[in-house]
Amino acid sequence: MTKPAVLTGEYFMTGDVACAEGALAAGCRFFGGYPITPATEIAERMAIRLPQVEGCFIQMEDEIGAMAAILGSSWAGVKSMTATSGPGFSLMMENIGLGICTETPCVVVNVQRGGPSTGLPTQGAQGDMMQARWGSHGHYEIIAIAPSSPQEIFYLTITAFNLSEKYRLPVLIMTDEIIGHMSEKVIIPKAKSIKLASRPRPKGRKDRFKPFAPGPNGVAPMPAAGEGYNLHITGLTHDEKGYPVMDVETQTEMMARITEKIQKNLDDIILTDSYLLDDAEIAVVSYGVSARTSMAAVAEARKMGIKAGLLRLVTIWPFPEDQIRELADRVKGFVTVEINLGQIHREIERCAGGKVPIFLVGHSGGTIIHPDEVVKMLKEAF
Amino acid sequence: MQKIPMTPNKQPDHPLDDLIRTDRIPHIWCPGCGIGTVFSSCLAALKGSGIDLQKTVMVSGIGCSGRAAGYVKLDSFHTTHGRAIPFATGLKLANPELNIVVFSGDGDLFAIGGNHFIHAARRNMDMTVICVNNLNYGMTGGQVAATTPHLAKSTTTPAGNPETPFNLPLMAYACGATYVARWTMLHIRDLTDSITEAICKKGFSFIEALSPCPVNYGRRNKQKPLDMLKLYQEKAIIKNDADPSTLDIDFEKGIILGKFIDLDRPTFIEHYDKIYRPSRLQENVPGLNS
Repeated sequence: MTKPAVLTGEYFMTGDVACAEGALAAGCRFFGGYPITPATEIAERMAIRLPQVEGCFIQMEDEIGAMAAILGSSWAGVKSMTATSGPGFSLMMENIGLGICTETPCVVVNVQRGGPSTGLPTQGAQGDMMQARWGSHGHYEIIAIAPSSPQEIFYLTITAFNLSEKYRLPVLIMTDEIIGHMSEKVIIPKAKSIKLASRPRPKGRKDRFKPFAPGPNGVAPMPAAGEGYNLHITGLTHDEKGYPVMDVETQTEMMARITEKIQKNLDDIILTDSYLLDDAEIAVVSYGVSARTSMAAVAEARKMGIKAGLLRLVTIWPFPEDQIRELADRVKGFVTVEINLGQIHREIERCAGGKVPIFLVGHSGGTIIHPDEVVKMLKEAF
Repeated sequence: MQKIPMTPNKQPDHPLDDLIRTDRIPHIWCPGCGIGTVFSSCLAALKGSGIDLQKTVMVSGIGCSGRAAGYVKLDSFHTTHGRAIPFATGLKLANPELNIVVFSGDGDLFAIGGNHFIHAARRNMDMTVICVNNLNYGMTGGQVAATTPHLAKSTTTPAGNPETPFNLPLMAYACGATYVARWTMLHIRDLTDSITEAICKKGFSFIEALSPCPVNYGRRNKQKPLDMLKLYQEKAIIKNDADPSTLDIDFEKGIILGKFIDLDRPTFIEHYDKIYRPSRLQENVPGLNS
């Protein structure tokens, strides 16, 4: 029954299946899930594949339980993942907060569909981008990445696991129904060529170990339950020992720990891509499936003599603020392309600081944005 | 919370001190509260059971009883409200070598966390769940719970509870628990014996421990601090193997205590290994990460 975790070869695969294969290649050995369109195929693939690699799959009673289970399995020392869509993502917010507070590595995939509420279960959207940033209560930093193809979701799922292990937090993969259900060529490389990261491990005396004392990059080493550290892990505000302390100083220190480990490592975390951007006068900014639309539109606009270029955001959170600020100093304007009514658009407005005009090409979900709509905006607005 | 100064010439160590985070004492539990008694019973059971304590994990939810995880000197997780059982499920599945004890309250386990309890019992997930039942939400100041007796007063049922409480052992049995017992914190030896048995037993074990909350429940229901203990003493009917459907708590007629269910059926992991991972059965692979 045992099969390799890395299925080296060339395939015609959906984004959802490529995501599951990326997770296995990254070392994921536990999946707690709950069926939801359009993310169910990730759970179905994991249900088949995890036992083949000595891992474990469980379908929990709801997404609250799924998220709680992957935090538990992560504390047992196992790389863990769940996948859902909008309604389930809402239910997971509670324990995503616990994951942030207890600095627990794991990966959460949101295959976005139209919302709010039950919305458009079988049709794509990018309407949960701000929920990804701020959906759980309190102030925190998060990492969210947006793949643009089945091939990329394979690689970015590995990246998501590596970042979650390195920085000890839940990492969100914000894909959408269109990428999730799209079949394209996916090349799975040899296992040897895949670079994997694992959570920093403690050294020294177990009785003196502090599970939240940060190491050199701001991240504390992490043992597993059952290794003799007598860990205490709580969602209450806690000190470096993990003990709850209800005072302003401890809250300030804990918040600095969970925010600075991201803020001080932006160069290591943030990934962007660009197309014809070096000499561009108009910057089109997009991500996920909409970046593909935008790329076609930029190519079309160039043929018409419009000097447009594309900045593709691969990492959405932490937001690539410096990249937008740098562009704001040299372009005549921005066009944001996303399948919502202006979420990342607001971030671009914030970072551009009123220096140049900014336009949105977006709609509220249900289909992709056609390149012609972007070309029309490029022609009319500038 | 008033801090009680520790005297420098301290008394001899308590026999359970090696299982307590003494640097976190004093605890938050009120005078007259029974959680500490159930907690020490649990610690005595853990110590007496002979299991590998380094491989033993306590998981709690939120509430007064949920603070137990913060005082036990084992790997311990104080999770979100109602989510101790699914968190513990993840721990157990990722490392089946771990012994899992979920220690939490009635509000946490049976209202906000009720769905997780039902399904963990149905799956026969290998863990011991100890529910301290104090008949109300103590931490938030005495609100009605899924266990509050009909007509009892609370801050959110000021004229009496219009609802009917759960029969917790019946619920555990109906959902598939393989070990079900109920004691009060006054029946400390029986409680400790039951917890010991449950910890050593494979499968989903459930123990309800009745415990007084004089500050929030007793005060609003004309009970002085010792009244509930008197009820425990005078109204207790010990009836092992009692039919779970007869176990509604009736403080006038009597409170039936005992071990009600003790049976064997395969756990989730045993079924999963047999169907999905037969190679693990032959090789006896301990954890997913080893």
